[in-house]
Amino acid sequence: MTAKPQRTPALPPERVPLHARIGHFFYLIYAGVMTVLGWLAEPIQRLIGAARMPYFFVLPNLLIFGLFVLFPMLLNIYYSFTGGNNLFPQDRPFVGGQNYQQIFNCANLFDPATCREDRFWRGFYNTAFFVVFQVGGMVVLAMLTAVVLNRSIWGRSFFRSVFFYPVLLSPVVVALIWKWILQRDGLLNALLVSLGMERIVFFLNANWAVFWVIFISIWAQMGFYTLILLAGLQSIPRDMYEAADMDGANRWQSFRGITLPLLMPTLLVVLVLSVIRAVQVFDQVWVLTGGGPGTATVYVVQYIYETAFANQTRQFGMASAASVVLGIVLLVLTLIQLRAGRQSDIA
Amino acid sequence: MTGIGEFLTRTRGRGRLDGSDILTYAYLTLGTILMFLPVLWLVFSSFKTQAALLRFPPDLLPYDQKSVMVEGYDQPLPLFNVTMPDGSVRQLAQVRRVGLEGQMVDPASPGEIIKVNINDREELREVRLAWENYTEPLQRFNFLVYLRNSIVVTVAATIITLLINSMAAFALAKYEFRGSTFIFILIISTLMIPISVILVPVFLVITGIGWNNNLWGVIIPGAATPTGVFLLRQYMLTIPDELIDSARIDGASEWRVYWQLIMPLSAPALAVLAIFSVMWRWNDFLWPLIVLSRSELFTLQVGLASFQGELNTPWNYVLAMTVMTLLPITLVFAVLQRFITTGIATTGMK
Repeated sequence: MTAKPQRTPALPPERVPLHARIGHFFYLIYAGVMTVLGWLAEPIQRLIGAARMPYFFVLPNLLIFGLFVLFPMLLNIYYSFTGGNNLFPQDRPFVGGQNYQQIFNCANLFDPATCREDRFWRGFYNTAFFVVFQVGGMVVLAMLTAVVLNRSIWGRSFFRSVFFYPVLLSPVVVALIWKWILQRDGLLNALLVSLGMERIVFFLNANWAVFWVIFISIWAQMGFYTLILLAGLQSIPRDMYEAADMDGANRWQSFRGITLPLLMPTLLVVLVLSVIRAVQVFDQVWVLTGGGPGTATVYVVQYIYETAFANQTRQFGMASAASVVLGIVLLVLTLIQLRAGRQSDIA
Repeated sequence: MTGIGEFLTRTRGRGRLDGSDILTYAYLTLGTILMFLPVLWLVFSSFKTQAALLRFPPDLLPYDQKSVMVEGYDQPLPLFNVTMPDGSVRQLAQVRRVGLEGQMVDPASPGEIIKVNINDREELREVRLAWENYTEPLQRFNFLVYLRNSIVVTVAATIITLLINSMAAFALAKYEFRGSTFIFILIISTLMIPISVILVPVFLVITGIGWNNNLWGVIIPGAATPTGVFLLRQYMLTIPDELIDSARIDGASEWRVYWQLIMPLSAPALAVLAIFSVMWRWNDFLWPLIVLSRSELFTLQVGLASFQGELNTPWNYVLAMTVMTLLPITLVFAVLQRFITTGIATTGMK
């Protein structure tokens, strides 16, 4: 009993919680690295003066940005005017607008079968269809889910995580999960047979393949946009709804009169982000269907990838021309959306 | 009984459960099933033997044929329930099958061979986890190498992204210098130029530097993200300038202002960017697919895609390796789940 006071030294090291110790460990590494970098930054400040230090701060970012985004963007345009199979620009003959001529060599622009580069145009229209229905379906579903999750319900953070979880899965994993469910002897066909229906080989039927490609990418991405919309919903003050309630508005009226207009900026962000994402559709579909059946799920990025990197002859010029067309479409789409967003703000 | 009913229908808000609450829970239940069931089905299936995977309709649990060691035979023999001609049912082990005839022995008295029609026998099955799906393909699917590559790419890219994007964001948020607006607009305007639009020239730059088949070729090109600069800048704008001025009066260099003052204060935004970066890099597929052609440099995603694309790869191996690939990120999510979802929701879109 008398030994007791001796056994309590001031705060034994075991008392420090584990996460705090891990955090401290990482902070020490951070401080060390930053101090070492300071040996470079501080002499530079003495040399150029504090007023010019922002140039030092933006330099690494701008270097990488310039080398891997800006310069390639300009180079891409030059590439689209060259031919041959060589990668380095000095080995590539200038061919003028020949690549573009080949792309736009169509009897009827709206019928890919009449085009010389029919695979590009099939990819183009498939992508357009995909963007409209994937983004449309996803925004509606994400909105619905966000509204539901915004209610005071039991287990809200659990459900929020459930809907978010597929976002973390890689496109390859997502494609394999669904390939397994949708295959001929898969879970879904078992369900159909048990309901007395015929088995369907989904990926041999163009309509089904397109449907599942859209469905699966909504499944995989919806949670992210739900979270963003949920944040937007939560920033709407509750008393606005209470005021509407007192004025006798029903739920649908307060949704249209309060929720939608106040959510417009968030909705615009969601729309812009998801369109940019949808236009680039490639990896998931590539593993899932490989573009098939036929050309039902060939998209523009797959065309670019195949033309430049996967086909026997590497047609870098054609691929660049196709990506310039894609880039222009993307730019126009984004500008239209931002414009529409600004107008709806005024209205 | 009414007590239980009352308990189950109790709601947080106004009084009793009404129609819209029921709809809400129905929607959430359906959603949970739709979001989780595919992944669960994958995990269940990955423990089935190849024979069990071929069964239609599929079983929920991983069944495998029961087998038994019989005296006088080197291999374990598969067990069957056999309906004998007199109508009785016996448990017999099959020695071999000849056409429509199965040659069976009784495990208790292995001396005598009993010939039965194969239509009279039925497999005896038991639940068994086929761990060999996970251990056998490791020769061909070099999980540890791919995992290492993925971790190297993700960690290095995230650190570099955080460092250079926060530096640029600091300069753009807290200084007025010639060209700042121009640089900011330049960076933001490329928000919609994803790498898939400039594949060819970026590949040329990588080849020119000699980063083909090099993990740096995967790490560096995506490091200067316009999203990251924008997100961090908007957050840093809210840090009061007086703090910076007083630090300068105390003699801190610009670099120390950056790493000892601005960075800790921007922690929430940095955390969100870190989450984004980890997600982007871990799941990235198209760019690594182009840069890396040597299999010892493959990331998990590229490795998995090429593994399933090989001819004759059995599904049980593909499923098990898919589970291995989704496991690391799932574990991270399970630990940091609340932090990730609230982080993205609150800071991500300010």
